[in-house]
Amino acid sequence: MLESTRTVDVERVKNDFPILNRKVNGKRLVYLDNAATTQKPKVVIDALVDYYSRYNANVHRGVHQLSIEATEAYENSRKKVAKFINSPTPQEIVFTRGTTESINLVKFAWGSKFVKEGDVIVLTLMEHHSNMVPWQLLAKEKGARIEYAPITAEGKLDLGEFERLLALSPALVAFTHCSNVLGTINDAEKLSSMAKRAGAVTVVDAAQSTPHMPLDVQKMGCDFLAFSGHKMLGPTGIGALYGRKEMLDSMGPFQSGGDMIKEVHLDGARWNDVPYKFEAGTSNIADAIALGAAVEYLTALGMENVRRHEVELLRYAFEKMSRIPNVKIYGPMDLESRGGVISFNLADIHPHDMASILDGEGVAIRSGHHCAQPLMEHLDIPGTSRASFYVYNSTEDIDVFIGALLKAKSVFCV
Amino acid sequence: MSSDFYRELILDYYRNPRNFGKLDPHDIDAKDLNPLCGDEIEMQIRVSPDKDKIEEIKFIGKGCAISQASASMLTEMAKGKPLEWVKGLSRDDILKMLGTSDLGPARIKCAMLSVKVLKTGVYTYMGAQYSEPSE
Repeated sequence: MLESTRTVDVERVKNDFPILNRKVNGKRLVYLDNAATTQKPKVVIDALVDYYSRYNANVHRGVHQLSIEATEAYENSRKKVAKFINSPTPQEIVFTRGTTESINLVKFAWGSKFVKEGDVIVLTLMEHHSNMVPWQLLAKEKGARIEYAPITAEGKLDLGEFERLLALSPALVAFTHCSNVLGTINDAEKLSSMAKRAGAVTVVDAAQSTPHMPLDVQKMGCDFLAFSGHKMLGPTGIGALYGRKEMLDSMGPFQSGGDMIKEVHLDGARWNDVPYKFEAGTSNIADAIALGAAVEYLTALGMENVRRHEVELLRYAFEKMSRIPNVKIYGPMDLESRGGVISFNLADIHPHDMASILDGEGVAIRSGHHCAQPLMEHLDIPGTSRASFYVYNSTEDIDVFIGALLKAKSVFCV
Repeated sequence: MSSDFYRELILDYYRNPRNFGKLDPHDIDAKDLNPLCGDEIEMQIRVSPDKDKIEEIKFIGKGCAISQASASMLTEMAKGKPLEWVKGLSRDDILKMLGTSDLGPARIKCAMLSVKVLKTGVYTYMGAQYSEPSE
């Protein structure tokens, strides 16, 4: 049995994650719900404890020692995140609560100011609700119109239709870098450059890509890119928005209050410089610092290795699943176009029943519509079961998963 | 959750649901869905001439084995019962009906959706409003 791929030493990595030692329903935990959230390595947990036990203080305004240390750690984390996605400067990284808040920030601070009545917004059919609903609200508020680029039978973006929609000269084009359901990896560089040629501002939902592959916002050429910390080994409640400086400078504020102002008088205020203009109130300091630890951990593994490891796991899982009759896998089957996400159904077993049976075997997967109801309607299914991989998953985990699928198959007599 | 729950009984009702279909004419029509997992149940009921019993009941729906089997078994159990009986239906009654002692918090909602639909329909018919008890 191939215990680890050549790219990531899984046994060593597994040891870094305390939670992977626990048992679920008497079985070893096999955690395959990484597209929902990932587990945390000890270095991330320690970073939280270290902040609260050694230098907990508010940032930016204090002159005392603790505040100086906290500010330095917080801003260092911003630098690490910037470097991780090759942002030209740390000023172009805004800390948010996560992808959803990052996208909403663009909606409020950019959309409210620049989108006008009659404008066109182009989205794709494979968007997560978080990259769909904010734009639907914006369109309603402004009297703008949304056009959805469809997908091919294989589950890839229909580039011909996408191009046709760009001829409408959209004000905004927002798309996912990697589908949380189909696993489809969109060529963000190509889509951004097409959208840019059409004169549109581009927003990339990178919630499912930033954790799993090398990412370079300068090469990608997008205006905004959003992602979450908790899907990349970091804590919940922290994420980031990358925005090109020129864009961020042109925008109004998001939330307002302390820290986002330069000066306040009784008759008004002047906004602080970016990124602080968008970080009103006391930031999520501890989680931002711990996100920096997660980024360091991933950087040490090497994002190219992380990606190769997941491709190997995908290859292994596809091979095993293809031997089970009546398994239907959704999305592209070529490994290079796919992230480590497998949405599937097995005969007439409902995804929730599947997830319950797998849970009985210690295997954690996701089931349901995965916050992509329009995509489910398009596929004409109520939902799917979804297994998704990360750095601590081994081929042995997939063997356990396959065993649990066979158990479900026998329970349901299919 | 252990897969032991998925015994033959549940699967039989899932694959061959009893009382599945529409009922015309009917006096009560109620439907609801569980937005988290997309389970849907609609129940139609014909009330007895003296307006106090469930004379006939059918359901349609889609979703997981637990939600659909529970709805089907509930229609069998409810047929011929007084409307007042519906008011007293509890979580324990449903667990007993399904032949289990515990479903866990993640799946109990699947089992209770049919009860919610039945109660909503009957309460409305009796001129009252049903509000689901909090957890």
